Amino acid sequence: MKDVRIAGVGLTKFGSYPERTGRDLFAEAALAAREDAGVSRDDYEEIYYGNFMGELAESQGHQGPVMAEAAGLSCPATRYEQACASAGVAFRQAVRTIRSGAADVVLAGGMERMNNLGTAKVTQSLAIAADELFEVRAGVTFPGAYALMARAYFDEFGGDTEDLAHIAVKNHANAMSNEYAQFHREIAVEDVMESAVVADPLRLYDACPITDGASAIVLVSDDYAEKHGLDAPVSVAGTGQGGDKAALQDREYLARTPAATKAAEEAYADAGISPDDIDVAEVHDCFTIAEVLALESLGLYDHGEGIGAAARGETTRDGDLPVNLSGGLKAKGHPVGATGTAQLVEMTKLLRGDHTNSDAVSDAEIGITHNAGGTVSSAVVHVLEVMN
Amino acid sequence: MTDTGYDEWMAAIGDGEGYYLACPDGHGSLPPRHTCPHCGTAELTETALPETGEIVTFTEVNVPAPTFADEAPYVTAVVSFGPVKLTGVVRDVPNDDVELGATVTADVDVNATTDEKLLVFRPADA
Ligand SMILES: [Zn+2]
Repeated sequence: MKDVRIAGVGLTKFGSYPERTGRDLFAEAALAAREDAGVSRDDYEEIYYGNFMGELAESQGHQGPVMAEAAGLSCPATRYEQACASAGVAFRQAVRTIRSGAADVVLAGGMERMNNLGTAKVTQSLAIAADELFEVRAGVTFPGAYALMARAYFDEFGGDTEDLAHIAVKNHANAMSNEYAQFHREIAVEDVMESAVVADPLRLYDACPITDGASAIVLVSDDYAEKHGLDAPVSVAGTGQGGDKAALQDREYLARTPAATKAAEEAYADAGISPDDIDVAEVHDCFTIAEVLALESLGLYDHGEGIGAAARGETTRDGDLPVNLSGGLKAKGHPVGATGTAQLVEMTKLLRGDHTNSDAVSDAEIGITHNAGGTVSSAVVHVLEVMN
Repeated sequence: MTDTGYDEWMAAIGDGEGYYLACPDGHGSLPPRHTCPHCGTAELTETALPETGEIVTFTEVNVPAPTFADEAPYVTAVVSFGPVKLTGVVRDVPNDDVELGATVTADVDVNATTDEKLLVFRPADA
């Protein structure tokens, strides 16, 4: 099996750019990744691209060829759709392709254009990640689904909305110096607690914003990196994916996300690590409660213990285990189909030392990313390691 | 739109003759299905839905999708009927009075925005 290295990463600024086309966004991220990698154009063998709602936002299906053109490449391009985990799944396929020996250079990434739709249509569009017959028709929105999980969590384990508010405050603080983040605004617990209720018990500041953006990563085999003298100090040590029933009503647990546990166990075994070895994490905090469920499912906290982690200062910038130093989906933004590889871009830079928040984890050697689809009916976990 | 399997199931709920699909291991699921989502067996038997269930989680949705614009703010709940859970909108209870553990029955009403059939829960003692 060939080892996989990250040769280059690229992002657009995340934000509200309703006038920008998807191909324009992806081109910017892909070209940034290609420039960072310094790999010859002719050596790209595959593009794996994540996108969730392109049919709804731009009436554009069959986006693979469109995005290959945008990236300035002529290799085959395939789109992956797995709701908010689309790009995480695309990256995982890139890792597996290189490991198998089928390719030495793959571009993985994702793009989402959302703001041109307006809030009502975005709400409708995001809901299609849920079960259409049994959830969407019963009024379950994306925030509503996580609200159902949040209430179930409070009932089973305790904790309250003020605990959740600390997560939003932490992630906003982390985004302050991240030039790619959608929000550069410090907030206080009171701001969260006084914001409008979207789906009780979740408020506006518990939720990620509506974001346009793209991300891209150049993955290469160890052999290719050595042969071409690439500066690629971060390797992909582990990958894992898990699934669950599509609808919350069909699951054993309403306040746990076993798909993420399965993905994590597979990725940790693949990398030969345990949760204790992890120095830094980027997790899928589409809502504040989602960060709690992630920390617990990833084995970083026992069930019921993750809710207080931010309030206790354990997952803040100066804590033992900084979580979402990028600002997370909450403050960096969540262009749905781009998020999985955006997390991996941020983690790569945190580990390489060229992230605005790298100084918070200057000795870090192992970082993980957790990317979830829908109400974590899909989950993808990756382990990145600094090469010694 | 016709959704064979689902439409018949909704009609049965509306007629007070609701059912679910039971497998030999006691798992419950809803149609249309060919296999049990929990164990994979194809041996599924239509079984009467218990008359009442218990609210296991709920949310009051203030920001609706366009298809629920005229319903908002509304309460969506997940209700356990034992082997199977259902998701629907709570009727006949003020939103602020909906509680975990409350006993409800399943029924079918009309979505005020779309005029489509909507699974609803009503208080069992009403
Ligand atoms: Zn079964």
